[in-house]
Amino acid sequence: MAHTEWRDAPELPDFSLLKRLARDQLIFLLEQLPGKKDLFIDSDLMSPLDRIANVTILKQHEVDKLYKVELKPIVSSSDQLCFLIRPRIQTVKWISDLVNADKVAGRFRRYKIIFTPQKFYACETVLEEQGVYGDVTTDEWNFYILPLDDDILSLELPEFFRDNFLEGDQRWVTTAGSALHLLQSVYGSFSKVYGIGRCAKMVYESWRELMEEGEQRTRQPEFAKVFLVDRDVDFVTPLCSQVVYEGLVDDLFRIKCGSVEFGPDVTSSDKSIKVMLNSQDKVFSEIRNEHFSNVFGFLSQKAKNLQTAYDKRRGMDIQQMKAFVSDELKGLKQEHRLLSLHIGASESMMKKKTKQDFQELLKTEHSLLEGFEIRECITYIEEHINRQVSMIDSLRLLCLLSITENGLLSKDYRSLKAQYLQSYGIKHLLTFANLRQLGLLEEQQAGETLTVMESKVGKLVNDKTVGKLTDAFSSLAKKSNFRALSKRLALVPKSGEEYDLRVPRDMAYVFSGAYIPLSCKLIEQVLERDGWTGLEEVTRMLNGQEFAVTGGSSSSEARNKTDAQRIVLVMFLGGCTFSEISALRFLGKERGCRFIVVTTAITNSARLLEALLDNHA
Amino acid sequence: MSLKPLDVHFKVHLDLKKIELYEMGWNLKDGLRECLVAAAPYGGPISLLKGHNRRSPSARPQLEIYSSSGLPLASFPWKSGVVKQLGWTVSDDLLCVQEDGTVLVYDLLGGFKRHFSMGNEVSQSQVLETKIFHSPYGTGVAILTGALRFTLATNIDDIKLRRLPEVPGLQGAPSCWAVLTQDRQSKVLLANGSHLFILDNTACTPVTPPGLSPQASSIVHMCDSFSYKYLALLTDSGHVWMGTSNLKEKLSEVDTKIKTPPKQMAWCRRPKSQQPSAVVMWDGLLIVVGECKETIQYHLDDDSILVPELDGVRIISGTHHELLQEVPGACEEIFKIASMAPGALLLEAHKEYEKESQKADEYLREIKEQSLLSEAVRQCVEAAGHEHEPETQKTLLRAASFGKCFLSNFPPEQFVSMCRDLRVLNAVRDYTVGIPLTHTQFKQMTVQVLIDRLVYRKLYPLAIEICRYLKTPEYQGVSRVLKHWACYKVQQKEESDEVIAKAVSVKLADAAGISYSEIATKAYESGRTELAIKLLEFEPRSGEQVPLLLKIKKSPLALSKAIESGDTDLVYTVVMYLKNELNRGDFFMMLRNQPVALSLYKQFCKHQEQDTLKDLFNQDDDHEELGNLYVKASYKEQRLEARIALLQSAVDEYYKAKNEFSAKTTEDEMRLLRFQRELEEKKGELLVGFSLHDTMTTLLSVGLHKQAEQLYKDFRVPDKRFWWLKLKSLAEKEDWEELEKFGKSKKSPIGYLPFVEVCIKHHNKYEAKKYVSKVTPEQKVKAHLAVGDMEGAAEAAIERRNESEISTVLSRCSATTDHLLMERLNRAKATAVKK
Repeated sequence: MAHTEWRDAPELPDFSLLKRLARDQLIFLLEQLPGKKDLFIDSDLMSPLDRIANVTILKQHEVDKLYKVELKPIVSSSDQLCFLIRPRIQTVKWISDLVNADKVAGRFRRYKIIFTPQKFYACETVLEEQGVYGDVTTDEWNFYILPLDDDILSLELPEFFRDNFLEGDQRWVTTAGSALHLLQSVYGSFSKVYGIGRCAKMVYESWRELMEEGEQRTRQPEFAKVFLVDRDVDFVTPLCSQVVYEGLVDDLFRIKCGSVEFGPDVTSSDKSIKVMLNSQDKVFSEIRNEHFSNVFGFLSQKAKNLQTAYDKRRGMDIQQMKAFVSDELKGLKQEHRLLSLHIGASESMMKKKTKQDFQELLKTEHSLLEGFEIRECITYIEEHINRQVSMIDSLRLLCLLSITENGLLSKDYRSLKAQYLQSYGIKHLLTFANLRQLGLLEEQQAGETLTVMESKVGKLVNDKTVGKLTDAFSSLAKKSNFRALSKRLALVPKSGEEYDLRVPRDMAYVFSGAYIPLSCKLIEQVLERDGWTGLEEVTRMLNGQEFAVTGGSSSSEARNKTDAQRIVLVMFLGGCTFSEISALRFLGKERGCRFIVVTTAITNSARLLEALLDNHA
Repeated sequence: MSLKPLDVHFKVHLDLKKIELYEMGWNLKDGLRECLVAAAPYGGPISLLKGHNRRSPSARPQLEIYSSSGLPLASFPWKSGVVKQLGWTVSDDLLCVQEDGTVLVYDLLGGFKRHFSMGNEVSQSQVLETKIFHSPYGTGVAILTGALRFTLATNIDDIKLRRLPEVPGLQGAPSCWAVLTQDRQSKVLLANGSHLFILDNTACTPVTPPGLSPQASSIVHMCDSFSYKYLALLTDSGHVWMGTSNLKEKLSEVDTKIKTPPKQMAWCRRPKSQQPSAVVMWDGLLIVVGECKETIQYHLDDDSILVPELDGVRIISGTHHELLQEVPGACEEIFKIASMAPGALLLEAHKEYEKESQKADEYLREIKEQSLLSEAVRQCVEAAGHEHEPETQKTLLRAASFGKCFLSNFPPEQFVSMCRDLRVLNAVRDYTVGIPLTHTQFKQMTVQVLIDRLVYRKLYPLAIEICRYLKTPEYQGVSRVLKHWACYKVQQKEESDEVIAKAVSVKLADAAGISYSEIATKAYESGRTELAIKLLEFEPRSGEQVPLLLKIKKSPLALSKAIESGDTDLVYTVVMYLKNELNRGDFFMMLRNQPVALSLYKQFCKHQEQDTLKDLFNQDDDHEELGNLYVKASYKEQRLEARIALLQSAVDEYYKAKNEFSAKTTEDEMRLLRFQRELEEKKGELLVGFSLHDTMTTLLSVGLHKQAEQLYKDFRVPDKRFWWLKLKSLAEKEDWEELEKFGKSKKSPIGYLPFVEVCIKHHNKYEAKKYVSKVTPEQKVKAHLAVGDMEGAAEAAIERRNESEISTVLSRCSATTDHLLMERLNRAKATAVKK
């Protein structure tokens, strides 16, 4: 079951080059402000920065003290302040206030703002309005892409999702375009580009403009194809509970910038340990894509093997022992450490996830995906809300219900919403407004006449029958897009069939065989058909906006058989989940190609919904 | 031709040659007499101001500009003040320094560009003398004022006036002075009698040139070389002292034996030459001085001026234009009488070859024996570059080409590029163009600059031909010329917008890297807004269109272009610009038609101007959003009254939006807040701001059951929720008695399984068992399992004949203790499956 080496898999390009580029530019920028300086870093840039340039490197370039931007007054005795921030109005306002406070106090300092990945006019406007434009020098650090792993590149822009899809602010579009342009200029051009979604289209346009402006380089392409997909094309997938190991770790412990902090309950000691999760970790790389029910068995097998390796020591002579200690022991020790951590993690996972509650939660999710026993699901959700089980989970189930059913019946919508507000407070009125705007949680409009009829019928018969009737009515009246899509693309395998999670037969294994992620299915279909032909009905249901462009010259067609031609770059605009990445890895293995995922950020259901709450700002 | 024997090469002590460049095309009645004349270096234009001393308005002086060949470029009567000095900038602009220190700048076609002043001090004490000089920083102006002070501007494109310190003991105007560029600074060197001073920014330092003849009592003239490296001084005793300009080294001193002050003096020296040589001009006489004691004299028929160049000196008179320069090494080697230099032999060999004589072979052999053939070719090529006559150039190049045939590995680049350069040079030296550049000057100046100069002269076709011929990258070459052409074209007032726009687009269509916005800007600057807009249509990059559109007040167009571009930052730029430009109403109206811009602006307002956001929603009658805004504001508010007031506003807005649900919920919230505060005051529990659920939890946990009940009724809390709440809180307090009472109070809406589970959770199996019997049949198995009653669970499962439930129970049985039970279950399972 473990696939250490993919059969006939093409080599991936070396993305560490991107890190080096970013580091060199940062050092150059820091040297623009000679002398000792204090560096203030946006809190969400801390981890990405750490992956590019650690504290030692910063200190080498005369960074004295490091601070996190907290939007509070600062204590710094340095005469030079350098700010490394995302281009956010709020932060710039805070800096302006600092500068003005210094002015009042008669203190002279030099200020430099480094915006990453780019400067926005709005930020400069704020500086101007606050009257500090002349006191501050600004620069750009074009740090577009952070390679999280061999096949995961992240823009580390979680706000992309909210800004673009909720607020309608398209400022990050050019950033995404520039990121693609960067990849292209470093790794060569692409022969074909596909995409779906409004944002995808705009990103492509912005990228194309950059291509036309820049110098034309004819290089052997390193990637065959690019696929751009908007997050709002598929909201169902990120709303489902993740059950693949890596996804589950993310759901439970929150993977941050490729590393996770395991608490005392995992490490079985009194302190937390930070672990990098990537393909360098031999243990992790073998279980990351596995369904969690397999993980434990695998780990115990691994532990046995390890023991055997250790046991080799017995009966060794001095010479052999020496070789063993110098060659193998370190590796084994390392493996041992990692193994015990992952065993700890999966234990704590099992504890939490095999409980009755989680099973029922999964069952409800699967019913929703299948469109089966909806009434029971609503009752379950109601109870979930009433018992205040989890604010985010309740919201997630509500959204899942609404999307799969193409909106809630008015009656249900109001009662569930009212109950939710009772549980978690009126401020969630705004959350609901946001969810409605995104189409995540909606009230059915057209079905109003039916609701009336239903309530009339409801008076005549008892409660249970009403439920059944409602189901019948809703399936009659509304042609649910998700339902139709699911049917058309066969996203939900026929129920009742046994699904052996040990030997996955399709991408559905990432959701215990209950659902194939829509986004990944689309990619599979388009690659198979080499375009959108034959998928017209599907794209119509997804609100169109699909495109396919042949990019490279005809000469690249001739080299079709090279390795590079079997590498596909998939860009998720608005974030992607580990489950999707696992599904794509599986698909790649099946098709003998490899996928590189570029995403604006790694997301999951909790991050997605938290971005839509309105308690910040 | 003024003097006959000069056209041949001769050797006295210095190799000089004088080449006639042009017979001047102008027709000057009085020659250059009584004229203010200035000629630009690098074969630039010549400007004349006739009768500049006339002050009567009836007879205005005439300013004329000619090419180097004397073809008129511009002519107009001078209407401004008295001009003291004319001069040219490095980019071929004419500077006219007036008596009052105002400097007027014209282009070489006589178009007025701008003017600037040399400062108050200058205008008060008037200009006495002026010098225009060139340095690496651009073109500078130095002025000696009536107050005997110097004012200096090093770069007229970035004017920073410097007033130099006073010169001690200076009574009248200094006998002569010059501007030097040393140590990245411009300094003035002046002579007062026999004393020399250097003036820099801070001080006036006396200096003495080493080895200056003692018999001189005054220095009457001085000049520095083109590169500022060398200096020549002329004393009243007629001696010319030549040395380095830092006055550290003397190169030579020559007696001219003429004691009258000269008209002009200039260096005549090519770069890297070992010999110093200067030219001194008197009326009708020109003397060249060098290293030796002897001098070369020429007679001049006519008033002339000297124009120092990088590699020689040009002499312009009323009728002729000549170049005097040291003979380049390569030419001397080849053309020297009876020269045995390889180049000379090769030339000879080629001549014989042309004559089909076998001597060609002899000559060739001679060169080859010394293995100097490649040297010979190189010499011929180099010499060709220095020759002015195309025939001579051809002869030399042919010889070189001939020699090349006998070489196997000779790199062709030098030959090829020389041929190209010469073709270009011959083209621009043509009488009609009139730019007499030497090859050395051309290399120093670069093609780029030459193209610029041609463009200034509006010789667009020639410029384009040259670019194409030299294969200059389109972006720097053809496109740039075309852009200049277009900028000129759009200023032609007599043609209609359509015609011009069409002409421009047709010509520029396939040129790469054209910036239409620059052309459009030019059109706008010359007052043709409509044309500018038409031209902008051709601009492919929206980023370039937008700023100009804003400038010409086409804001709606600018906004839609910005949005089209998909560059949010650009949209922002426009939005912010409009915000300041328009009144609020118009601004909002404009945003309303552009949703992208509107949402951007809203984002901005959210952080910067909450009130504006309110106005925006108000204008759109977006009551829903207004309501949300108030709700949001309310939970940021600390004081309860204010909070409730904000919520009331929200309620009003929600009603207006016909969103009864939100309105009702908000009203509930207000009620809840009031209730919470009341209780807080009475009971001292922290409650304000809690959700209804949390409030009830808190109340129940502190035993305020009555109040909790009240909330339950008042807010129509679903029964289920209330039961869950109460169940949980009672169990948490382990108040089992009360729990039992509660359980019996009426039929539980949530069933009794939760009762069982909650008791187990608090490790009270005894209490849990009490409720097992009440659980509905469907949940019986679960309940029994929860309390650990395997038998009961098995009983229930078997009774229900439910296969999956039986399996569940089976999985919980352990093989050792429940052996019998398992057997029973398995049997039951078998029958259940059969069914």
